[in-house]
Amino acid sequence: MSTYPLISLAIWTPIIAGFVVLATGSDRNAPLARMLALAGAIAGLIVAIPLWTGFDVAQGTMQFVELKTWIPRFNINYHLGVDGISMLFVVLNSFITIIVVLAGWEVIQQKVAQYNAAFLIMSGLMNGIFTSLDGILFYVFFEASLIPMYLIIGVWGGPNRVYAAFKFFLYTLFGSLLFLLALMYLFIQSGGSFSILEWHKLPIGLGPQIWLFLAFLVAFAVKVPMWPVHTWLPDAHVEAPTGGSIVLAAIALKLGAYGFLRFSLPIAPDASHELSSLVVGLSLIAVVYIGFVALVQADMKKLVAYSSIAHMGFVTLGFFMFSAMGIEGALVQMLSHGFVSGAMFFCIGVMYDRVHSRQIADYGGVVNTMPKFAALFMLFSMANAGLPATSGFVGEFMVILGAVKFNFWVAFAAASSMVVGAAYTLWMYKRVIFGDVANHHVAELTDINNREFLILGVLAICTLWMGLYPQPFTEVMHASVNDLLRHVAISKIQ
Amino acid sequence: MFDNFVVPNLLPAAPEMFLAAMALVILLVDLTVKDSRRTVTFVLTQLTLVGCALIQFYTSTGEIVYTFSNMFVDDLMSDLLKLFLYMTVVVVLFYSRGYILDREVMNKGEYYVLALFATLGMMVMISANHFVTIYLGLELLSLSLYAMVAMNRDSAVSTEAAMKYFVLGALASGLLLYGMSMIYGATGTLEITGVAEKLYGGGANKTLLVFGLVFLVSGLAFKLGVVPFHMWIPDVYHGAPTSVTLLIGSAPKLAAFAIVMRLLVNGMITMAQDWQSMLIILSVLSMAIGNLAAIAQTNLKRMLAYSAISHMGFMLLGITTGVVSGDARYALNAYSSAMFYVIAYVLMTTAAFGMILMMSRAGFEADKIEDFKGLNKRSPWFAGIMLMVMFSMAGVPFFIGFFAKFSVLQAVVAAGYMWLAIVAVLFSLIGAFYYLRVVKVMYFDTPDDDTPLNVGTDMRILISANGLAVAFLGMFPQVIMSLCAYALLRSL
Repeated sequence: MSTYPLISLAIWTPIIAGFVVLATGSDRNAPLARMLALAGAIAGLIVAIPLWTGFDVAQGTMQFVELKTWIPRFNINYHLGVDGISMLFVVLNSFITIIVVLAGWEVIQQKVAQYNAAFLIMSGLMNGIFTSLDGILFYVFFEASLIPMYLIIGVWGGPNRVYAAFKFFLYTLFGSLLFLLALMYLFIQSGGSFSILEWHKLPIGLGPQIWLFLAFLVAFAVKVPMWPVHTWLPDAHVEAPTGGSIVLAAIALKLGAYGFLRFSLPIAPDASHELSSLVVGLSLIAVVYIGFVALVQADMKKLVAYSSIAHMGFVTLGFFMFSAMGIEGALVQMLSHGFVSGAMFFCIGVMYDRVHSRQIADYGGVVNTMPKFAALFMLFSMANAGLPATSGFVGEFMVILGAVKFNFWVAFAAASSMVVGAAYTLWMYKRVIFGDVANHHVAELTDINNREFLILGVLAICTLWMGLYPQPFTEVMHASVNDLLRHVAISKIQ
Repeated sequence: MFDNFVVPNLLPAAPEMFLAAMALVILLVDLTVKDSRRTVTFVLTQLTLVGCALIQFYTSTGEIVYTFSNMFVDDLMSDLLKLFLYMTVVVVLFYSRGYILDREVMNKGEYYVLALFATLGMMVMISANHFVTIYLGLELLSLSLYAMVAMNRDSAVSTEAAMKYFVLGALASGLLLYGMSMIYGATGTLEITGVAEKLYGGGANKTLLVFGLVFLVSGLAFKLGVVPFHMWIPDVYHGAPTSVTLLIGSAPKLAAFAIVMRLLVNGMITMAQDWQSMLIILSVLSMAIGNLAAIAQTNLKRMLAYSAISHMGFMLLGITTGVVSGDARYALNAYSSAMFYVIAYVLMTTAAFGMILMMSRAGFEADKIEDFKGLNKRSPWFAGIMLMVMFSMAGVPFFIGFFAKFSVLQAVVAAGYMWLAIVAVLFSLIGAFYYLRVVKVMYFDTPDDDTPLNVGTDMRILISANGLAVAFLGMFPQVIMSLCAYALLRSL
């Protein structure tokens, strides 16, 4: 194993690159800013890849651990590490950052340096969230990542961006403030430690566990987002620029789900069992009800936003099956959703850049003018609908398998929603792509250029790779997920 | 005749004496200086403050030393607070300089001398171990500030603010004195340590004490500006010339914290149950009204005034959790968290008002929120600084405001007041809204005038340093946190 502080590199490389990009200043230097941002994003991925290649799949514990004292007054440490649950998200995040920088290459003409810097900084902060093993360090990254996202939505967003930015920030802050109090309670209970791994071993009575679980639930449910605290997401997605939507869907939503695995399940296992029906219920509502909500959307971005909520419902559902199949399925679903939803938002962005409309009704017959685009969009729509051989299928299938063991009717409800998922995605695809050329905007469309083709092509490869050969993704999870399950099975009540 | 006259130990009060002497010297020197050469006065004032800091640093023994028949105390807490005080006043005067140069009526030597006297008043407050000393320091501070608020004498708003400040300040002083007199009646001493001993021994008239305490807390609440004694804050912050608002809004919070510590903790810790419950009410009300009223403001100075109210309420949370059912185990943790909060707040508020001063020109105050419209377009750098300050005040990491809130909250949770912590975070959430609005105006809106900012180099450097300190200390808060804890450990 390497002795370099790889995780620190994965966190700070993009952040420092972000500040360098920021230093290029005004839009006169925009080409330079873009090049620097791309270089920074690629460097970020390069330093993240050794985490995957050097990962020991047999080990369920934390790897590449870094531990330094940060604030000894409160025993807060700069404590980083990855296990099979978090490692892939660091890689995914670093990868998506490149996509995002490329996605805004031509579209963003205003404040280019700040735009790219915001994404790079956020990328670093999110790597920090996935790798923190200290409660306060986690919280600091968790909340600091709101700042760049707030600016991204508010500065480069659509007409209703101010409302969306405020809603996004305040909703998320609300959840995380209660989470902070839960961290403090654990700090006191553990006799003055903020170490997440120590909290995993801390015995807690059922009453406090339930309160802790609820505090975690509020924080993570807002972030995931789960029904009924999901309403910020469609607003944020619709108003955010394409890059913002991609990051939100591909990475930011995963933070909440990741929080369940790192905090809720291992710290409050008894409460998790006790309240699992609550979470399962909320997840099913997300899967089924939000699926129908997606069906009636007239705005493509809103439709994909609702479909994200439904897909994340599968994720939380999988977690609370308490089986390896369910959790691994959920993790695969998270990764797959990272690629697929990112690609879907990018596709919508491609059309929006040309027509400046996201309304389904403004399109029709796009295949006639953009054949290459239509083919790729088809693939991602199929993946979004969960077609076998795409990544979307693997995760959902595993979660449903896990659910059958848990409760047949839960599995039935979840499986039936796949039909709805196929319906809203393919119906949108049909209305936008097929048919006669609807209007002169569509008639004047030009097919995707090389940059756009590159982005979609890479994402398509990832989607198919995960769908056909998910082994490299799942093999790193096994040990950690089994570790987690063993841990969750032991009661903490003494 | 002078047989029993003992020369008191002057060393602990050396900085105070130096400053008093220099203030008089500067007053005389200034008589000989023409308006155009006022820089001399400015430089002398700053050198005096630096001199004070050096004297403070080199005469500090780390022990608790009483002098002037126990009326004056020098301990590590006072040393630390005074060092921050000098630093704050130096920065405040630097920020103010451009502003008062643009306004002829304020460009007088008295401005600096009054600032020095106000500083002296705060120093005396911080080191007071006697009711009379506290009162002396408080009045020296207040009278200097009344005059400074009214200095822009042609402005009706300023004059009105000065009048309000004076009348309400006098009322507060009256309350404080009345409380002190009752406590004197119950204990027979005016010395704070004496009061503590007397209370510890028991036997003092409890009714009288509690009445005295109520008046004392009311007087302190006035000076801190917490609800329901906050009415002067918005008007004075708004009406005073911005450079004076900056002075009122920053350094005196340090002194107010010190007298709260001296009177309530050093003097009346045995009655902690009584005053803690009063402070909890004050604190919750301040967070509620401060944060809610701030949302409605369009004037940035007024908004920051309400934000000051809420911040002081939050700080009080730290002081209310020192003693839990007679157990003072948490005292050090709680009081040092409050001290850290005050220091962090002063740092942030200095930067915030500094930004307003920087944006203002002759005849233009830049004190409306919309005056910051599109600042990101005019100057990305300073918009970034203001962004950091605003997020810091909202308590978002990586800025010092987060760790300030964090340290107070953990003290509250440690003391078992979970409900209080929940109330506090919910009001912080409301507070985040109006800080976000300032960021929104700077970043999301387009500017009304595109003129780039014209800022002097010294201002540029200083305000950048101030803003970066907010970020840097947010990433490395350990030094100041442990300094506060250590200073209090050696002083309590």
